Amino acid sequence: MLRSLAGTASSLRPRTRISLLASRAISTFRAPVATYKHKAQQQQQQQQRLWFVQQVSRFSTSTLLSKDVTVTFIEPDGNEIQATGEEGTNLMELAHENDVDLEGACEGACACSTCHVILEDNVFDSLPEPTDEENDMLDLAFALTDTSRLGCQVLLTPDMEGMRIKLPSATRNFYVDGAKPSHH
Amino acid sequence: MRACVLPVATTLRTASRTVRHFAASACLPRDKNVAVVGGGAAGFYAAARLLAKTKNVNVDVFEQLPTPYGLVRFGVAPDHPEVKNCTTKFDQVSGSPRVRYFGNVQVGSQQLGLDRLCSAYDGVVLSYGASEDRRLGIPGEDGENGRVGVIPARRFVAWYNGLPEAQGLRVDLESYDKVVIVGHGNVALDCARILLTDPADLATTDITANALETLRNSKVRHVEMVGRRGPLQVAFTTKELREMTKIPDMDFICDRELVAAECSKWAEWLDASRSLKRMMDLLMKHTVGEGRRQKKSFTLSFLKSPVEVVYDQPGAEESAEAPPQRIRFEVNRLEGAVDAARAVGTGAFVDIPCGMVLRSIGYVSTPLAGAPFNKRRKIIPNIAGRVTDDSGELVSGLYAAGWVKRGPVGVIATTMQDAYRTADAVIMDISNGHIGNDSDTGRSRDAVDQMLDSSGVLETCVTNAQWKRLDAHETEAGIKTGKSREKVTDIDRMLSIIRSE
Repeated sequence: MLRSLAGTASSLRPRTRISLLASRAISTFRAPVATYKHKAQQQQQQQQRLWFVQQVSRFSTSTLLSKDVTVTFIEPDGNEIQATGEEGTNLMELAHENDVDLEGACEGACACSTCHVILEDNVFDSLPEPTDEENDMLDLAFALTDTSRLGCQVLLTPDMEGMRIKLPSATRNFYVDGAKPSHH
Repeated sequence: MRACVLPVATTLRTASRTVRHFAASACLPRDKNVAVVGGGAAGFYAAARLLAKTKNVNVDVFEQLPTPYGLVRFGVAPDHPEVKNCTTKFDQVSGSPRVRYFGNVQVGSQQLGLDRLCSAYDGVVLSYGASEDRRLGIPGEDGENGRVGVIPARRFVAWYNGLPEAQGLRVDLESYDKVVIVGHGNVALDCARILLTDPADLATTDITANALETLRNSKVRHVEMVGRRGPLQVAFTTKELREMTKIPDMDFICDRELVAAECSKWAEWLDASRSLKRMMDLLMKHTVGEGRRQKKSFTLSFLKSPVEVVYDQPGAEESAEAPPQRIRFEVNRLEGAVDAARAVGTGAFVDIPCGMVLRSIGYVSTPLAGAPFNKRRKIIPNIAGRVTDDSGELVSGLYAAGWVKRGPVGVIATTMQDAYRTADAVIMDISNGHIGNDSDTGRSRDAVDQMLDSSGVLETCVTNAQWKRLDAHETEAGIKTGKSREKVTDIDRMLSIIRSE
């Protein structure tokens, strides 16, 4: 469980933030195209941030200080990894910072389904509805469940403390080679 | 071979690395070498998995073009830059000291036969994709009296994405205002979207300068996408369909009565099909029936099979690039269950006048010299990624990943999962000793290098560092024109840029 220790070590926080900023800078650099899709995504993220600020004022006693939230990722083989991140960090970034075996092929642009995570019922219910764009991607996700979300679209909030996040097992709806997968 | 299990070898294995040279003949664990044939998404994801799950497997990626990424570069639409973000991961892979990229190398050629790879490497993963497309098989498809005939959508996509071999395609979008696309998949939707999108919205993407110029002068205002079956049998995905609903000043036309009727007929089945249900809701919400209110239109047509391309005015005075005039369809009805519906001709025919016809009814893989191939299914026969021969026996050390393994369906995420499963099979076979035996010193990396040297590959190949030079050149050229990238579309020019320093 060395990895989980590394994830919670407060001494690592500054570096983690820097790497996070760097990764954002890189993805911005890689896709400098301001299409309507990007705008839609930005708007959506702004909405989520607004919502998160509302949550903060509702749940946090010292309003403007962002808190660290600790959650547990459960990998397909049952391996559990504890991860701590600041409010507002999305689950995909949090997983990557903590070496959780979660993909993120489109780097959080809501354009693939590879950061698919399965949330607990109460957490799923407490979140705002996924956007149409996220649902379009979830349609293509392996082993979709009723509480599936894209990790890149879910931001940490204080009431997620202790949340357990399952990573889907790709082999669960592994089809026979060559057979055409049917629509979910 | 059995020497490995002798106590002396065990002792040596735990001994210090400094005595390693003593053990050369006593088969200490050696690095394993895997070749990947095809540097697209499947190849790079297979390599990524091999890197992530092992510590002693080296991977050499062979790609016939100088440039890596396959269809991520030449297939993914220019207005989907976020989908191409997966190349960050591919770059991490090729940046690993355990990975080498050999671009501009044609495996299966005289220079480098598959047999040479198989005898030098512990494992060979075939991930060369699907390089051809399915034909309609109708009269007039190949043109007549100098007319161009039906253009493969694949070639059209390759043209606007800068694939060198497709740059000769003559795309005339100025002589007519309507294009018909046969097929109901995402490639068809990509073509329709590129044809109907305001070129100003593409100007910042990595679409080629030539394609952008052609689209700027385009007179095409109407695209009709025709499929032989109904709305519940489409192959495209909701994201791509939703994009069509967001193109401004455009009517999205479809037979709403048919959609409603099919949805109510199969309501129970549809309730269990989340994605189709959402897609049908989208269609009902955003489409109009017949009638043109806007200056552009996109029509989604169902239940029609193409039977002939009809050329009205054949004659020597016509220019060679003159487009076909009409495409004739037979009207179908559906038979059988919704998830296995067959289109059956009714004997009624309808003509759709148009300028250009694109066919987009699927890709097919082609055989690689020296590798087994299932001619009927057009894939490399395999059991969960392990290649089998004609008699169904496993071919030791040979694997398949991606479209050549399972057929050309699915998005990048599908290919990723698929390539991971193949890499897992390679890793399992190594750990079980089926391949990569430590005593097999003839398959060392030195031996690999000797083989690559003697075949001339090392001399003619494009390395990762060289590709990065071209990459930087393209990005820089893009900055000058306000684009994310300006692709070099000619192989000789690619090579001269690569070798200029």
